[in-house]
Amino acid sequence: MAISAKAPVLVVVQLSGGNDFMNTIIPYTTGIYYDSRPTVGIPAEQVLPLNDTLAFHPRTGPLKELYDAGKVAIVQGIGYPNSNRSHFRGMDIWHTCEPNTIVTEGWLGKAIRDLDPHHENVLTGVSFGRGLPRAMVAPGVPVTSVGDLDTYGMMTGISDVQQRQEALTLFQEMYTPALGTGPVLDYLCHTGTDVLKGADVLKQAPATYTSTVQYPDNPIAKSLRDVARVHLAGLGTRIFYTQHGGYDTHASEVPTHPRLVGELSGALKAFMQDLEEHHAADEVVILVFTEFGRRIRDNGSGTDHGSGGGAFIIGTRVAGGLYAEYPSLDPAEQLYSEDLKHTFDFRGVYATLLEQWLGLAAAPLVGGTYEQLQPFRN
Amino acid sequence: MSDHDLVLLAHLLRRAGFGATRDELEEYATKDYAAVVEDLLHPERFPEVEEDVVCRYYSLGTIMEDSPAVWQGRWIYRMINTKRPLQEKMTLFWHGVFATGWHKSEHTPSMALQIDMFRRNGLSDIKTILLDLSRDPAMLDWLDNSENHKDAPNENYGRELLELFSMGVGNYSEADIKMAARAFTGWTYAQPIPLYPYGFYPAHFVYRPDDHDNSVKTFLGKTGRFNGEDIVEAIVKKPATAKFIARHLYNFFVADEPQVPAWNQMPPQDPQAISALSRAYFDSGGDLRAMLRVLLHAPFFKEARFRKVKSPAELVASTMKLVGTYRFPDPGLLTLATASNVMGQSLLNPPTVEGWHTGKEWIDGGTLNERVNFAVNEFADVTKPGVQAIIERLSALGATFTPEALVDHCLDLMGSLTVGNETRQALLRYAQNGGALRFGTSEERQASAVRVGRLLQLIVASKEYQFA
Repeated sequence: MAISAKAPVLVVVQLSGGNDFMNTIIPYTTGIYYDSRPTVGIPAEQVLPLNDTLAFHPRTGPLKELYDAGKVAIVQGIGYPNSNRSHFRGMDIWHTCEPNTIVTEGWLGKAIRDLDPHHENVLTGVSFGRGLPRAMVAPGVPVTSVGDLDTYGMMTGISDVQQRQEALTLFQEMYTPALGTGPVLDYLCHTGTDVLKGADVLKQAPATYTSTVQYPDNPIAKSLRDVARVHLAGLGTRIFYTQHGGYDTHASEVPTHPRLVGELSGALKAFMQDLEEHHAADEVVILVFTEFGRRIRDNGSGTDHGSGGGAFIIGTRVAGGLYAEYPSLDPAEQLYSEDLKHTFDFRGVYATLLEQWLGLAAAPLVGGTYEQLQPFRN
Repeated sequence: MSDHDLVLLAHLLRRAGFGATRDELEEYATKDYAAVVEDLLHPERFPEVEEDVVCRYYSLGTIMEDSPAVWQGRWIYRMINTKRPLQEKMTLFWHGVFATGWHKSEHTPSMALQIDMFRRNGLSDIKTILLDLSRDPAMLDWLDNSENHKDAPNENYGRELLELFSMGVGNYSEADIKMAARAFTGWTYAQPIPLYPYGFYPAHFVYRPDDHDNSVKTFLGKTGRFNGEDIVEAIVKKPATAKFIARHLYNFFVADEPQVPAWNQMPPQDPQAISALSRAYFDSGGDLRAMLRVLLHAPFFKEARFRKVKSPAELVASTMKLVGTYRFPDPGLLTLATASNVMGQSLLNPPTVEGWHTGKEWIDGGTLNERVNFAVNEFADVTKPGVQAIIERLSALGATFTPEALVDHCLDLMGSLTVGNETRQALLRYAQNGGALRFGTSEERQASAVRVGRLLQLIVASKEYQFA
């Protein structure tokens, strides 16, 4: 099923806080957009049109360049029925594909289990950022969670190299499994040893990486550069997870949101350039998603939680263009008379990536069968 | 006072509190074990943590912030500094059992109020506890009882009250759930005053008789015009409830059990302990103090050393007690909250109504990495008061230490830790590298302090340190 000759890799970028899709892909010829958004609306003369009705945000030039090169699939109006407006619950639903019950197993955690059922590589799933997102969690599935690639590992607070090496050697000794100590101590020993192993292998990534690409100086660019370094080191990682925070723009959206989408756009462009420079782009696909869109009407300073967001699927193997439908702004079509109605179920996007890209059976991972997109070139 | 007593007291305080420093242990040891247990069971004998001090150290803006982070930090400050350790431990216990997540309401004042309720009634009787819980605005919102109406019952609270809060699966029927739900119709809360710009107002309970279903109901075999109080009354009389609460106490205070949803299929590891605790439940009318008195005196408790994986909050609070910082609300309390969060326990915000999965499930690669690095970093600075206290005690014990004596004394001063052979050998190897430890001259003292600090870092990195 998988398209790529090399093992396909999925990079997930989570925009935390609820990205304002209407101000990312802007319906710049729709009067209702400007009527509803006197404060945060982007003037038509500033936008970067992609067709007669839709335009990129003026600060997302690099993303538009990728789009113009046919590498970006824009999935419009993505969501699910009765969209939850709580960040945490909303994000939970996106992570677990369970809108009705609260569970702790994530869709990517289960995907990692299917990709590496015998736990042969502790780096099959790698998450950047502290604390593991629930999407990556499944019982018994080791996932490496990296706060900072350059300082990842046990005892990184010990700055003296020799002293740290000594501490690590002794750590390894302390975590040597011993007979008859019981399953919990045994599990702790294996987990501790896995972290050492993972850190040891990950060390190679910064050491072997060279590139002419200059990434912008912002958190998401740093995370994507870390992804590039690990991917290019060929450590067998199949699923990467990164997060870009701050999208909860209830207030001061005008200065904040442009900065964020600008950072994101520059980071994605640099990441793609980096992969292409190393002839490693064909095996990578990026999914950019967020937990919900924002309210159609602005509140005089920002926008409140809404629904009907958008996602991007990016890569050289992607058939760029617009997918699904942009939700109607017509008041008669609005959800609760204030929200965008979703036009495509997010679980269909996941299923698309799981089946058509990673070659996995999607239904057990997303909890059912959903309509898929066809975003890949044959 | 014998060493034996101190080892047992260290165990008691790890479980019935958040660990203890050597100074604290020696103070406890001026009384006998039974008297210490009574002191723990009677928090009112000791002063409250002065929380207003926190408010003086932090800006009003920070204190009033509509985010659980501040309250997480304040709670950890309490765990470190309380003179009523069991009261604080029971607060954490009930928070885990009646797991209410901030992420649904995003209303911090009501969550703080709920935690305070556990602090107030956590050692009272089960009937009071369940009734207060049923009237708690955060719970009423979390499990949708505010959406439980006479003409449109919502079963969420009725179901979880039976399944997760009192009797456990398999001890009641679906019909009982429906009846419990109907009995709790009309139990709701008044909308709180909006947080902005007025400040910090919790919601409060209201009972709406006009929205209460007053029809005849049959619940657990009895029939009547039951209201919520009658449901609680019926529940607390059931042996299933006694056993369920007993198993929760065992799981929290004695040894890790499987996760709660598995209890229906997996019998308790120590059925006799559960029987003893259930007996105490019925002898006392469901009194938590009476159950805990039996538990803390039982051989099954005294012998269960290091059989529980510390929860992140326990790990953070007990580590801070040992290093001796945050005895005042210095800036940085929020970083302690972050530390617990990244280890997988965001206080006031458990992931689901099942509460946190505990025991072995606290540990994965990411969380173990965070746990080890947190503790190692906290012990990096030998000038911290707790580390200094350990060094001073060592130098008072003798001028020279063999590697064996050094390792044994350090393990002892860190809370009478017991370690396996691999860990002990590794610690010994470190201690041997620098030869005997000397406290003779001031230069020797300085060099020794650094070596002791590093040994303590290795001790808190050990797998054994992950256990309480």
